[in-house]
Amino acid sequence: MTQPATPAQQDAPMPAAKSAQDKGGSRRPLGLRLDVRNLSLLGVLAVLVAVGGITKPDEFLATSNLQLVLTQASVIGVVTVGMTFVITSGGIDLSVGAIVALASVWATTVATQEYGFTGILFTAVIVGVGCGLVNGLLIAYGRMVPFIATLAMLASARGLALQITDGKTQIVTVDSVLDLGIRDAYILGIPPLVLVFAAVTVIGWLVLNRTTFGRRTVAVGGNAEAARLAGIDVRRQRLYLYLLSGLCCGIAAFMLIVLAGSGQNTNGNLYELDAIAAAIIGGTLLSGGRGTIVGSVLGVLVFTTITNIFALNNLESAVQQIAKGAIIVAAVLVQHRTLRGGDA
Amino acid sequence: MPETPSTSRRGLLFGTAAISAGALLTACTSNEPKKQEAATDNAPVADDKPGKAVTIGFAGPQADHGWLNAINQNAKSRAERYSDVTLEITEGSNDTAAQIGQVQTLINKKVDVLVILPADGKALTQVGLQAMKAGIPVVNLDRIFASPQAYRCWIGGDNYGMGLNAGNYIGEQLKDKPNAKVIELAGLDNLELTKQRTQGFDDALKNYPNIKKVARQAADFTVESGQAKMAQLLQAQSQFDALWNHDDDQGVGALRAIAQAGRKDFLMVGGAGAKSAMDAIKADDSVLKATVLYPPTMAASAIDLARALGQGKGVSGMAELEIPASLTLYSAVVTKDNVDQYLPTGFN
Repeated sequence: MTQPATPAQQDAPMPAAKSAQDKGGSRRPLGLRLDVRNLSLLGVLAVLVAVGGITKPDEFLATSNLQLVLTQASVIGVVTVGMTFVITSGGIDLSVGAIVALASVWATTVATQEYGFTGILFTAVIVGVGCGLVNGLLIAYGRMVPFIATLAMLASARGLALQITDGKTQIVTVDSVLDLGIRDAYILGIPPLVLVFAAVTVIGWLVLNRTTFGRRTVAVGGNAEAARLAGIDVRRQRLYLYLLSGLCCGIAAFMLIVLAGSGQNTNGNLYELDAIAAAIIGGTLLSGGRGTIVGSVLGVLVFTTITNIFALNNLESAVQQIAKGAIIVAAVLVQHRTLRGGDA
Repeated sequence: MPETPSTSRRGLLFGTAAISAGALLTACTSNEPKKQEAATDNAPVADDKPGKAVTIGFAGPQADHGWLNAINQNAKSRAERYSDVTLEITEGSNDTAAQIGQVQTLINKKVDVLVILPADGKALTQVGLQAMKAGIPVVNLDRIFASPQAYRCWIGGDNYGMGLNAGNYIGEQLKDKPNAKVIELAGLDNLELTKQRTQGFDDALKNYPNIKKVARQAADFTVESGQAKMAQLLQAQSQFDALWNHDDDQGVGALRAIAQAGRKDFLMVGGAGAKSAMDAIKADDSVLKATVLYPPTMAASAIDLARALGQGKGVSGMAELEIPASLTLYSAVVTKDNVDQYLPTGFN
């Protein structure tokens, strides 16, 4: 993007030619604030790790457990990265869980499994992107409210997933896919799914913070009309964002297939809520205009760590849910306090 | 249930016992042996021969899970076997309000008999009463209504028995092992049936003082939740001897987590009787050594009972003139030794 477009840019003292650099400059205060948020989240995470370490010292800090926590964070983490982009642009994607379900069952049909690893991976990604495309077209060019369009996708994708499976669990028999989830496939002790998650996170961070695409996303979320006047094709940008979210869902669906060894229409249940919660806790504004990939990933890690500690301590599911709710509230309260302190 | 060899054998046994008891009673009390004899011989008993046409309304669950899907399939295929049965099926639903509406639609259609597997037995009691008041006998399938007035006949599985038999099987396997540890991967904790399965399991373990249950986590009956919760359990328990998993669908995920963790040091017992679980038991190449049945064939039996009700007949092999008020299926333990017998009932 060569046009000095975003509202943030208008305050920039530097000439438009050095746009990349001056944007970094103009956004520095924002970056600092985000860091405070992330630091407080890191604090929450540290407290959780301490709790885990104290209550179950032998089990919690074991390498295998850390591998497990990261693996379990990976699938929902990839979805959350896509969700962060959508929310940053002022939108919402309620269909992520359903898209994961549809992509995972479509990719595990007998026909697809005949084509092995690539067949399954390709189908999952294509289905994810396809659903994202429909969402994007409806929202960007059909002028539907994101909430409604993705709600419709939630219903129909789940329905289609149910129809494809007929309620049955589709067991994966392709060894090369299954092998990705077992210990032999770990690279330097890191599970492959965690590497995928890490890659998606890094790419997501780079795209949001270091590219024109990312700046446009923030601009659209901050003030869509201003962004349009500044020469951004807001519609196309929105289309791309839902495509991106769909792509992340497709990748996550493949990861779930690797992890669970099957496709089931109940896959990805409530992912939309988990991903939104993680993004919000991470500091992405639900009203748009501000998003942080690092925060979202920390949010996902907080959730996964809580679940892990609960399981290690053999808590009942009722207690788990109550405590999870309390911790969400606590995390956000702590964050706000820290933020206010940081701002003052 | 002729589809299950064992059950029919059991049925035969039961029937024989019932007939013997009936004969004994007759011998002891009856003053008119000949008339009784005739009644036993000619009692109108439901069989495969076409009889009076019966329209059966079927309100089942949303088939989003292997077992529930098998329920619907069993009901449909059984109804197709009878030329005198017309099956009116409503769209399955997990939503109580929606299902009430569906049952009311079937009542308005004036079906002869209703078979209802309620999403929530307690919540659908009223509509069951409504049907009975409208003169439509209700066969209540599996999840039981709160009032016996709401159904003519109940047929279902034995959740407590599942836990009991799983616990006793594990107990027998580990009875010589001092300080044995078992863990439990339960199903959806907000369902009453999960509590019943756990209660049965705990009661069975009381028979074996050397065994201690060291952990229990609840999953959601899905592969994904089974994988996630099992991975956590494996992490939390570095050593244990047996695992009982309430549901074979989530068991697919649990087995996956066990393979991923590279653990082989315990035996696993599943629940429900999925085909994949039976295949694994037969292959004997994983920790899964047994599964406790919760047969979806109960839906086929419910159609049989509904047809008998509609035709005013009793049940073959029993001396009773009417169908029974309730039938609880047996939660057989399927192991490598008897898996061939049960494989035909395994569901996908």
